[in-house]
Amino acid sequence: MFSSPLRAAARRLAAGLVVLWAAATAAYLALLVAPGDTVDTIVGDGADTPQIRAEIIAEWSLDRPAVVQYLDYLRRLAGGDLGRSYLLQRPVVEVIGEQLAPTLTLALAAAGLGVLLAVVLAVATAGNRRPWLRRASSGAELLLVSTPPFLIGIVLLSVLSFRFGLFPVSGDRGVGALVLPAVTLALPIAGLLAQVLRDGLDRALDEPFVLTARSRGVRERTVLLRHALRHALLPAVTLAGWLFGILLGGAVIVEQVFGRPGLGQVTLTAVTGKDMPVVLAVVTLSAAVYVAVNTIADLTYLLVDPRLRRS
Amino acid sequence: MTVTLAPATTEAHTPHPSTPPASTARRRRWRPGLLAAGAYLILLVVAAVWPAVLAPGDPLAADPLGVLEAPSAAHWLGTDHLGRDVWTRVVHGAGHSLTIGVAATAIAVTGGVLLGLLAGLTHRLADETLSRAFDAISAFPILLLALLFIAVAGPGTVSLIIAIGVATLPHHARVVRGQTLLVRRAAYVEEAVTFGLSRPRLVARHVLPNVIGPVPVLAVIGLGEAIMIAAGLSFLGMGPQPPSPEWGAMLSEGRNYLQVAWWITVLPGVAVTATVVALTVVGRHWQTRFDGRQR
Amino acid sequence: MAPLLAVEDLHVDFDTPTGRVAAVRGISLTVERGECVAIVGESGSGKSVTARTLVGLAGPGASVRAARLDLAGQDVRGHRPRDWRRVRGRLAGLVLQDALVSLDPLRTVGAEIGEVLATHGIVGRRERAGRVTHLLDEVHLPEPERRARQYPHQLSGGLRQRALIASAIAGEPALLIADEPTTALDVTVQAQILRLLAERRAAGVSLLLISHDLAVVAQVADRVLVMRDGRIVEHGPTARLLRSPAHPYTRQLLAAVPSASSRGHRLAASAVAVGRDGGVARREALPARPEVRPNDTLLDAAGLTRRYGDHTVVRDVSFSIARGETLGLVGESGSGKSTLARIVAGLLAADTGAVTFENAQWSGVPERVRRPLRRRLQLISQDPLSSFDPRYRVAQVVGENLDPDVGRGDRRDQVVDLLRRVGLGPDLLDRHPRRLSGGQRQRVAIARAIAPRPSLIVCDEPVSALDVSVQAQVLDLLADLRATDGTALLFISHDLGVVHHLSDRVLVMHDGAVVEQGPVGDVFTYPRHDHTRSLLDALPTLVTAGRPQEVRP
Repeated sequence: MFSSPLRAAARRLAAGLVVLWAAATAAYLALLVAPGDTVDTIVGDGADTPQIRAEIIAEWSLDRPAVVQYLDYLRRLAGGDLGRSYLLQRPVVEVIGEQLAPTLTLALAAAGLGVLLAVVLAVATAGNRRPWLRRASSGAELLLVSTPPFLIGIVLLSVLSFRFGLFPVSGDRGVGALVLPAVTLALPIAGLLAQVLRDGLDRALDEPFVLTARSRGVRERTVLLRHALRHALLPAVTLAGWLFGILLGGAVIVEQVFGRPGLGQVTLTAVTGKDMPVVLAVVTLSAAVYVAVNTIADLTYLLVDPRLRRS
Repeated sequence: MTVTLAPATTEAHTPHPSTPPASTARRRRWRPGLLAAGAYLILLVVAAVWPAVLAPGDPLAADPLGVLEAPSAAHWLGTDHLGRDVWTRVVHGAGHSLTIGVAATAIAVTGGVLLGLLAGLTHRLADETLSRAFDAISAFPILLLALLFIAVAGPGTVSLIIAIGVATLPHHARVVRGQTLLVRRAAYVEEAVTFGLSRPRLVARHVLPNVIGPVPVLAVIGLGEAIMIAAGLSFLGMGPQPPSPEWGAMLSEGRNYLQVAWWITVLPGVAVTATVVALTVVGRHWQTRFDGRQR
Repeated sequence: MAPLLAVEDLHVDFDTPTGRVAAVRGISLTVERGECVAIVGESGSGKSVTARTLVGLAGPGASVRAARLDLAGQDVRGHRPRDWRRVRGRLAGLVLQDALVSLDPLRTVGAEIGEVLATHGIVGRRERAGRVTHLLDEVHLPEPERRARQYPHQLSGGLRQRALIASAIAGEPALLIADEPTTALDVTVQAQILRLLAERRAAGVSLLLISHDLAVVAQVADRVLVMRDGRIVEHGPTARLLRSPAHPYTRQLLAAVPSASSRGHRLAASAVAVGRDGGVARREALPARPEVRPNDTLLDAAGLTRRYGDHTVVRDVSFSIARGETLGLVGESGSGKSTLARIVAGLLAADTGAVTFENAQWSGVPERVRRPLRRRLQLISQDPLSSFDPRYRVAQVVGENLDPDVGRGDRRDQVVDLLRRVGLGPDLLDRHPRRLSGGQRQRVAIARAIAPRPSLIVCDEPVSALDVSVQAQVLDLLADLRATDGTALLFISHDLGVVHHLSDRVLVMHDGAVVEQGPVGDVFTYPRHDHTRSLLDALPTLVTAGRPQEVRP
């Protein structure tokens, strides 16, 4: 009995590694299938001199057999070497490392805010207790999920910053500058999570064990928080990796709207400048984050649901 | 993204649990929201196919004397920084947005159905390989994956379509695969061999129709998603290039005039939101009807 | 002294999207201190709603009216949620069916029981663990300390149900309301749970027992109330009510219960005449069947074994079925009977052993070889709806199993004919099976199964999900069909009464092996194996009065 949770955890870790490997491979393939010469692709819009071309060929082992190129790439990746940006004339790790903090701050702030908002909305509107509030909340969620984040950002910006001057228009100085971008990013997530959570709560509230709990004289709030919410959180937990993907993707747009530095700016500059090493690195990094978050979510799942620990 | 936790199975014989009648029924007959959504979508299709019916003007006609005019009787939604009529541009933009969305969704759904069926119907090894591949591609955030594609292929409408199509394909493939496995293991398929059906006929008669059935629903909801991603990418300048009246691109252009002329930016955005909401409402309604039929 | 529970003219209505539905229409009942009262009824009778209303949990959209609703001397009619919380668990405990879903699967059994203690502040935080162990011990859960730390899914069905009862009695309520407390359980486990309930009652707790099964409540109840369509049609002391039921519905219910004494006769209401003293006096005999010749073997199974991993589900099972014979197969859940059914039906391959059918090799051959014979062997399962393609209407469901060569026009005629044979009208042709009742669905499944005129039908728990009166009709139908068509049946059930009623011979399965087989009368009258004996001992039976006499139609 004791070893099986460990085995289940090990299996999930292994599955995560496989996905990570496949994702890295997919990114690498994207580079190879790009039309034109691979050296041209890697050089992008950067300075194109015979010396740099030679450097690229050496770094990516382009003069060696395809298998060796690929294994070399994987080895470098495993060692944390993400290559060199020829546009910026710097190692990619440095470029990304500098810009990681603001994006991570933004993403975490948005994640925290989104989850909090979703839980509050879902718990307040689950069941049939307040039909009016429930309908209003469902409508708001649909609207939030369907509105492009840049529009949310622009509306917040024009009302709260331009009209009332409550928050700075752009930049990353201080907590004040974080509020609007974090809210912008958090709202769609909150809308989506709230729908999933309320669905889960509704389903749990229809279960016989909730009836049993009520028949013990337990308060409705306790029924919701102690019994139903746990069941509702399970499906939400599996969405964690995917939500992080939305956060990273959304961060690109939100950083653009609010003129914040971060990975988003780096990515956009790299895409427009065809700076492939940077693009590849960002994409691979986001896949790694996805896999990590998902693996943690899976392990949490094992922790919360004793039924899964068996097999 | 639909996640179902395996329900706790009860013992083999469980007669009627005698529950009180329909405690969860939340159905209303009169659905104004659904009607509004349907009407909006019809309008959208008209705008995409015959934009001149709704807005006879030229979306590219600049008027240097009437720039940044607020909404009025002459210009319902005002004019932009070049004096172009925003209403006309929004109407003509519908074609762009819808084309990109529909084309991308077509790629995603067609590919998703084929690969999903392949994974769900063939050998376990094929299933395992394909499923891992879906997992791997799903590990990339959709927007970043699309950006990677555009970095390789360069910006533009065609890139945008293919990028979104490929990025959203694994999701459809997973849903179809899941549905295929579900149907394959359903009692009505397992027991159908007792009617003397051969396997190909069984697949054709019972498996395929029940797998393909929900696909249009999937497509409608997927279309909303595709349109939203497309708007995001064009906003970042990766889609149709100015002066083309694409909604995301219009938003991006109007951003610099936000303080003086909010309508240039907000109204194309509202069009995007309304489209996604309408598609979601119609898709969900359809889905609940489907679920009702499946259960 | 006033009764513990006094209910007068209770009405419960539900507001649904399609209008107001009356679930309970003016019932009255009392439960004295230390008494056990049972409410018996079929699905939709309002018995469960009644049980829940008594603890203020009728559900959303319910409106409750009553002339009197007294619990332990309290008028609970005007109770607000806060007042109800003091009643629940403390004055009245509720036990539901199947603890796998009635206990929170994410919490340990101990935490669930402790919740009652904490909610009502019964013992301090420190003594709580000790009290939980004590309660588990009280319901005879072995190793209570270890069990308290386990989750519901780690306990067997019987132990789970005990834990659920422990949580219901933790607040020492004077009244225990048990809603189908033994329904999902095997018969031997059911007997244990009934004993446990009787024990609580001996300890001074009043019991209100809700069940669909008259035989179950007959074991413990002092008085029985029979409910139908939200009304109580008859009530009285258990023995009197079973011996001389006054209301036709009660008589019909009693007559519908299949058993040894109903063998060879019809069960359904219209076929039963009622004697002067109220008991079931005369039943209509079933039509004569073609004679079964034991040597005319239709299907032969030899040495069938099936493993899942290192677990052997079916272990060296051999038997044969003669042409036209009905072979019963009984066993508790997990005995391997359903796996055996799937092997016989050719849906699952056995690891070892062989099946021959119609003198041809049936197992271990490619599907292509088996296909021509497929139509001779059909299957009916417990849940007909899941065996119908969800897109199909009745006409397509039944028509699917017709000879592929039958033309379009003839097809519909043949389907109509088949439906008529199972007692359904042509008006159902274009209906969707979802919109049919459970009994109608099972009839559609039977119509589909008999379409190719099979020589053998494997019936896997075909009536387990049905109400007793509907079960009676379906059993009568199966009996008619085997008489007219001479079809052999492999009839699988957990219900010994059903098997006794219908079968010629019986196999008793236990842990994957056949422990006993023989003519049904011999096996059930003179069981040789311990397991058969314990099954029979645990079987709750009606102490019915008056053996039925035969009437010639």
